[in-house]
Amino acid sequence: MKIHKYDTVIVGAGGAGMRAAIEATKRSRTAVLTKLYPTRSHTGAAQGGMAAALANVEEDNWEWHTFDTIKGGDYLVDQDAAEILAKEAIDAVLDLEKMGLPFNRTPDGTIDQRRFGGHSRNHGEAPVRRSCYAADRTGHMILQTLYQNCVKEGVEFFNEFYVLDQLIVEEDGVKKSAGVVAYELATGEIHIFQAKSVVYASGGTGKFFKVTSNAHTLTGDGQAACYRRGLPLEDMEFFQFHPTGIWRMGILLTEGARGEGGILRNKDGERFMEKYAPVMKDLASRDVVSRSIYTEIREGRGCGPEGDHVYLDLTHLPPEQLDAKLPDITEFARTYLGIEPYTDPIPIQPTAHYAMGGIPTNVEGEVLADNTTVVPGLYAAGEVACVSVHGANRLGTNSLLDINVFGRRAGIAAADYSAKADFVELPENPAELVVSLVEQLRDSQGTERVADIRRELQETMDANVMVFRTEQTIKTAVEKIGELRARYKNVSVQDKGKRFNTDLLEAIELGNLLDLAEVMAVSALARKESRGGHYREDYPNRDDVNFMRHTMAYREVADDGKDSIRLDYKPVVQTRYQPMERKY
Amino acid sequence: MATPTLDKEDAKPEAGFADSPYITVTFRIRRFNPEVSADATWEDFQLEIDPKERVLDGLHKIKWDLDGTLTFRRSCAHGICGSDAMRINGKNRLACKTLIKDINPAKPITVEPIKGLTVLKDLVVDMDPFFQAYRDVMPFLVTTGNEPTRERLQSAEDRERFDDTTKCILCAACTSSCPVFWNDGQYFGPAAIVNAHRFIFDSRDEAGEQRLEILNDKDGVWRCRTTFNCTDACPRGIEVTKAIQEVKRALITRRF
Repeated sequence: MKIHKYDTVIVGAGGAGMRAAIEATKRSRTAVLTKLYPTRSHTGAAQGGMAAALANVEEDNWEWHTFDTIKGGDYLVDQDAAEILAKEAIDAVLDLEKMGLPFNRTPDGTIDQRRFGGHSRNHGEAPVRRSCYAADRTGHMILQTLYQNCVKEGVEFFNEFYVLDQLIVEEDGVKKSAGVVAYELATGEIHIFQAKSVVYASGGTGKFFKVTSNAHTLTGDGQAACYRRGLPLEDMEFFQFHPTGIWRMGILLTEGARGEGGILRNKDGERFMEKYAPVMKDLASRDVVSRSIYTEIREGRGCGPEGDHVYLDLTHLPPEQLDAKLPDITEFARTYLGIEPYTDPIPIQPTAHYAMGGIPTNVEGEVLADNTTVVPGLYAAGEVACVSVHGANRLGTNSLLDINVFGRRAGIAAADYSAKADFVELPENPAELVVSLVEQLRDSQGTERVADIRRELQETMDANVMVFRTEQTIKTAVEKIGELRARYKNVSVQDKGKRFNTDLLEAIELGNLLDLAEVMAVSALARKESRGGHYREDYPNRDDVNFMRHTMAYREVADDGKDSIRLDYKPVVQTRYQPMERKY
Repeated sequence: MATPTLDKEDAKPEAGFADSPYITVTFRIRRFNPEVSADATWEDFQLEIDPKERVLDGLHKIKWDLDGTLTFRRSCAHGICGSDAMRINGKNRLACKTLIKDINPAKPITVEPIKGLTVLKDLVVDMDPFFQAYRDVMPFLVTTGNEPTRERLQSAEDRERFDDTTKCILCAACTSSCPVFWNDGQYFGPAAIVNAHRFIFDSRDEAGEQRLEILNDKDGVWRCRTTFNCTDACPRGIEVTKAIQEVKRALITRRF
C-alpha cells in the first residue's frame, strides 16, 4: 500500500476532469486519477456540439438559452445554476477556441453554429442556431483539445487507477473529505491519496441499461463511492433516452443529424413528429421525441418485420452536406449496418444516454451532504454531478457545455480550498473497505457469474424503467434488482491474479451498477408524476404541487448490516421563470 | 413492444439485415501472463456468433462466458475512444470496428497485441512510450501576443487544411504497424507526426518551426520509408503517409 499526498485530486479524465485539472494544476499540486487513459473517456463520443449564445449566425442571447434549459428540464432545473450555465457558455466556447479547438467556421471566419433540439429563439418561437460544433465529432475535439492543454500545463496523471472509495471523516459532526482510495490496474496495488480537496468527474452510469450509447466503462463509480459513504444522490430517476440510437446496438447518431435537416419517419413514411411537436417537430426535446417514437411503435407504425424501430431519413440531404457535417455517423451506419445513408434511411430506436441525476452540488461544485450542508473539500462536476442544470431532461449540447463550465468552476474552487485548508487526518485503516472488497471477490468460491447478473440487470432495466414506466414495472425492477444484489454476494471471478485484473474490476463495477440501479428504481417509484425523462403511464401529468422538488436518496445501514434507501426531497431554486405547460 | 404487421413492404428484410444464423468461429488468441508463465502461447476458443457482430463482441463472449482471465482494453465499442487496437488476422484494426463477416470467419481469426510496444498481459501493451512520443512534438496550440476578446478568426479553407489530422484518436494502430518503429522504438512514429501536422498546418499556430526542428531529428520524419502500412491501418481513414510527406516537404521548403 502506498500513500500519496496532493493538494487536489481529480477523479476522472474526461471533459469535466481535464477542464478542472487545467485550472487546479495552475493553482495547486494536483493529481488526476483515471481508470482509462484520458483520451479514452466518453466525452470523445459526443457528437453534435456545445451550446452558447454567441449569436454568430443569427440573433441570440443567454437569457433565451437559460429559458430553453429550464423549459427543457421541465422546470426541475435550479434556475440560478441554469443562468450561470448559459452566461458562462460564451466564454467557455471562446476559451476552448483559444486552447486550439478546431471549430467549424462561418464564411466570416467566426465559429459556425447549427440548430439543436429544444434550443429556440425568443422563448420557443422557432429553432435557433446555437450549437457550436466541429463536424459531428465535437466531443472528440473537446477531449483532444483539453488533453493537449493538460500536456501543455504539465498535468500529472495516474492512468488506469480505479478510485474505489471516498474517505469521509466526521469532525465535530461535520463530514469532511480526507482523500480517496484507488486500485492500480497494472499491479493490483492499493494506493491512498490523501488530499485537501477531491473533485469527482468520473462520468455517467448508463451501463445498467442494455441498449445504451454509453461506453462499457460508464459504471457510476464516483456516484457509488460517495453513496456508499452516506452521501446523497439527487434525482436519480431522471435518465435521458436519446431518440436516435442505432437499432439494437444503441450507438449514438447525433441530434445534429436532425439539426442538419434529417427527418424521423414511421413505416408509412410519415413525418410523425409533426403530430407531437408542431413547432419544433424533429427538434423537440429528447424526452418528447423518444416518447413519440415509442408511441408510433406501440401503435403499430414501427418499421421492420418486428415493427420495433423507426427511420432516421437523411436521403434528401445532399451527399456533400453529409460528408462535411455528419461524416462520423454516416460512417457508423455503413460500418455497423451496411447501410448507405445517401440512399437509405437508418433504422433507429431510443438509447439510454445520460444521467440527469448524480452527486448533488451547489454552483461552485461543492458536494452536499444534505439539502444545505457542504462537505468541505469535496467537489463534483459533469455527468457524475447534479447541480442541477438539467432538471428532468437535459437539452442536447448542454452536457459538453456543463463539463466545461462546471469542470472549470470545480477545478478553481477545489484548488482555492486546497490553498487555505489543512489536510484532514486519514481514518485508521483507510484502505480497509477496498482491501476487503478486492480480497473477498478474488478469494470467493461463489457460483454466480458477473456476466449473468449484469445481463439480467440490463434486461430488467430496459424492460421496466425505460421511456415508459408504471408502478408495476418499476416494482418488478426493484424486486429483480434486490434478487440480483443478493446473488451478487455469491459472485466470483476467474482471474485471481494481480496484474491487469479486469475480471475483478468488472465485478466491482457491477456492484456499483446494482447499487445505483436500485436507487434509480426506488426514486422512480416514489415520483408519482410525469416530468421530463421520467414518464409514468399511471401518472401521465406533471404534478407541481407535490413533486416540484428534487429527490435526495440516502443509503441507510441498519444495526444488522442490512442497507436500505431513504428518500428525502429538496426544493427547486426558482428565480425568474414560473412553471408553464411544456409544448414544442 | 413488438407489433406484428401485415404490411408486405415491411416483411422484406432491410438492407444489411438479411437473416443470418449464428455461425461457429474460432478465435486464436495470443495469450501472455507473466504471473503464470514467461512464454506467450496461442489459445483457441470456439464460439457461436452472429457474423454481423464485432470482433470485440467475440472477445467479450470469451471473457464473460468462457475465460475471465482474457485481458484486453476497450471502452466505447464504436471506434471513437481508441482503446482496442489489436492485430487481427495480421492487420492492425480496432476490434470494435471490425465485423466478423468482413474477415473470413471460415478460418480461425487470429488476435494478437499490436507490435513494437511491450506486451504486459494478453492483448494489453505498454502505451507509455507511444504517449511520450506524442507529448514530445508539442501537441498543443502555441500563440504569442495578446489574446483577442472573441475567437481567433480562421477561414473555412484554413480550417480544412488540417482537418484530416484532427481525426486522430491515438489508438496507435498506425505507429505499431510501422516496420521502422518495430526495429527502432526511438522513432517518433506516424501518430506523433500526425499530431504535429495537425498544429503545423493550423493557421492560428505559431510554433511550426519548433515542431519541424523536433521532427528534423534523426528519429524524426526522415525515418519514414513510405510503406503506407500506417495509412492502411488507420481506423479513422486519415491519410497518414501523406501527412508525413507534407511535414517532410515543409521541412525542405519551410513553408506551411
